[in-house]
Amino acid sequence: MEATIVEAINDALHEEMGNDDRTLVFGEDVAQSGGVFRATEGLLDEYGGDRVLDTPLSEIGIVGAAVGLATYGYRPIAEIQFSGFLPPAFDQLVTNASRIRWRTRGELTAPMTVRTPYGAGVRALEHHSESLEAAYAHIPGLKVAVPSTPHDAKGMLISAVRDPDPVLFMEPKHVYRSFREEVPEGTYTEPLGKAAVREEGEDVTVVAWGAMMHKTREAVDALDDVDVELVDLRSISPLDRETVVESVKKTGRCVVVHEAPKTGGFAGELIATINDEALMYLEAPVNRVTGFDVPVPLLAMEDFYIPQPPRIEEAIRETVDY
Amino acid sequence: MSEDLRPLTAGSVDADVETLSEADVDVGIHRILEPDGTYDPDAVPDVDDETLRDLYRWMVLQRVVDERATKLQRRGRLGTYASGRGQEASIVGSGFALDDADRVFPYGREAATLLIHGLSLRDLLLYWRGIEDASKMEGVNAFGVAISIGSHIPVAAGTAWGMKLDGADAVAFANLGDGATSTGAFHEGINFAGVIDAPAVFFTQNNQYAISLSFDGQTAADSVAQKAVGYGIDGIRVDGNDVLAVYEAVSAARDRALAGNPVLVEAVTYRRAAHTTSDDPNRYRDDEEVEEWAERDPLERYREFLRAEGLYDDIDEEALREEVDEMFDEAVDAADDFAEREVSEIFEHLHAETPPELRRQFDEFEDLLERRPDMYDYIERRPKG
Repeated sequence: MEATIVEAINDALHEEMGNDDRTLVFGEDVAQSGGVFRATEGLLDEYGGDRVLDTPLSEIGIVGAAVGLATYGYRPIAEIQFSGFLPPAFDQLVTNASRIRWRTRGELTAPMTVRTPYGAGVRALEHHSESLEAAYAHIPGLKVAVPSTPHDAKGMLISAVRDPDPVLFMEPKHVYRSFREEVPEGTYTEPLGKAAVREEGEDVTVVAWGAMMHKTREAVDALDDVDVELVDLRSISPLDRETVVESVKKTGRCVVVHEAPKTGGFAGELIATINDEALMYLEAPVNRVTGFDVPVPLLAMEDFYIPQPPRIEEAIRETVDY
Repeated sequence: MSEDLRPLTAGSVDADVETLSEADVDVGIHRILEPDGTYDPDAVPDVDDETLRDLYRWMVLQRVVDERATKLQRRGRLGTYASGRGQEASIVGSGFALDDADRVFPYGREAATLLIHGLSLRDLLLYWRGIEDASKMEGVNAFGVAISIGSHIPVAAGTAWGMKLDGADAVAFANLGDGATSTGAFHEGINFAGVIDAPAVFFTQNNQYAISLSFDGQTAADSVAQKAVGYGIDGIRVDGNDVLAVYEAVSAARDRALAGNPVLVEAVTYRRAAHTTSDDPNRYRDDEEVEEWAERDPLERYREFLRAEGLYDDIDEEALREEVDEMFDEAVDAADDFAEREVSEIFEHLHAETPPELRRQFDEFEDLLERRPDMYDYIERRPKG
């Protein structure tokens, strides 16, 4: 079937709710209204109010309850309506979810998924546009996945739900409905912790993820004379070092694109990884195109904040011409 | 533990244990105007006729602003907007009870509270256009709008603490919705205020819905007001569609707060519009309920009162609406005239002194904008208004 990202996520939720009756979907506005982005549409009708629940407006409660359910043997799939509202629950992710297996020497585990739309570009209000994947990737024990396509969104979400450990599943809401692609019917998985090479090329490796994959592709398409190898990281944690490093060894050049602020952003980790493992292959410093070190501006100026294709093009050209 | 150290039996015992249940905390509702507009003249607060008329004018203003802002949003000339339709009595009644020295912590739906407190209508519109400058809240003793629900409640407690230390004759007034009462920040903030005897009023507009979630899904408690008991602060429950009752309740709460007793006020009202312009309430509530609350409309109820008092004859409803429309037109024009955006503004005001790295990011970006004017094709300065 042809599906958008949000439809593919909805499809994955239907699949896993059908496959495992210990899965639960809960969060704010997910049941009766089907989610503010319609990601959980139809689940309440199909699986009933015991398994699909509207919760109080309580991010700490939602994520903390997910830990409690998961350590008790359920498979919670919690939604945090916008990733900008996740910070109150940061405590639950750090203190409980991510380290419970380690702390109990494997006695308790937290196989839970927290889904959250992230990123700017939809003209939302303040606190609705954050892209804090690096902060979550910094929590040992927490997996952080960021699909960029409908196919991956479905397959990776099913992997996340089945993962024996907690996964933060960040959904690029800017491209939730911007395009469709063929998504297989039924259950299939795409691995977590594995990057995808979207286009093979010889001149330069460009790494991006989530919504920035699409801005990056647009930039790459505009650069007719540059043979780009485009890597979609897909998982921020665990990081697929091998795919990135092998690609950089081949091309000798690399540009990382992300929407989050530059300082402390995940590009820094990638650049350090490349320095560790492929320094002698580099023909240019690794470049990065990122958001600025400021909060995401309100809607009138947010498009200036987001890395747009010309900015990405310039960085790629600068790296190739170095 | 060895087997012999374990108790031989552990099960339920038939014990007579005293329990406290919410039925023990029955909070009555404060009301002056009955839903049909009748009232006990002796219960009417002692304020002059002009104030009584002003309350009505401001409720009309709130309603017109909501209607017109929603229309502007539909035409792409505002971003997402949150209407206060149905909550005018709570918004205006509470706003009227405040003093200029009080710091308001807004939650987004209370246009008139902020306008009464001194915000310009232009800046209100600029805020909903997503223009950073409006968050200055120029000329208003107010904190920024708490879009991250409940996040302002502990902050209000802290400001109230400072007011107490200063011996200021002022309170921190936090506006919130029923949804915010489920956040950790609500509980931590209110508990904190109680412990430090902060002059704070936590004003909950219980409009029955937090987006799609009805109040009984939000909490198992019968009321918000009764939660005050658990924190050792005062609680007041008031008919949020009765502007006189709200005015009186918040005035009383303010006095209590100034005396060192923070107060949790619950105004029971109804959000007749959508959560925001991005929301479709038909998905989660039925017409019958909406109709029922339309019949309890705060403006109609208050109009009946003004008529009975012989004060409505002095109000030319049509002229009043025209006047507000005109004000709104002028505010839209002023918002449209707001100076063209500069890229520098997103780099400003983050630090007292912009650090070198951020300065570098700005310089590089400016340089890029010059070299690649096609950047502007990708950057839609929406909505321009």
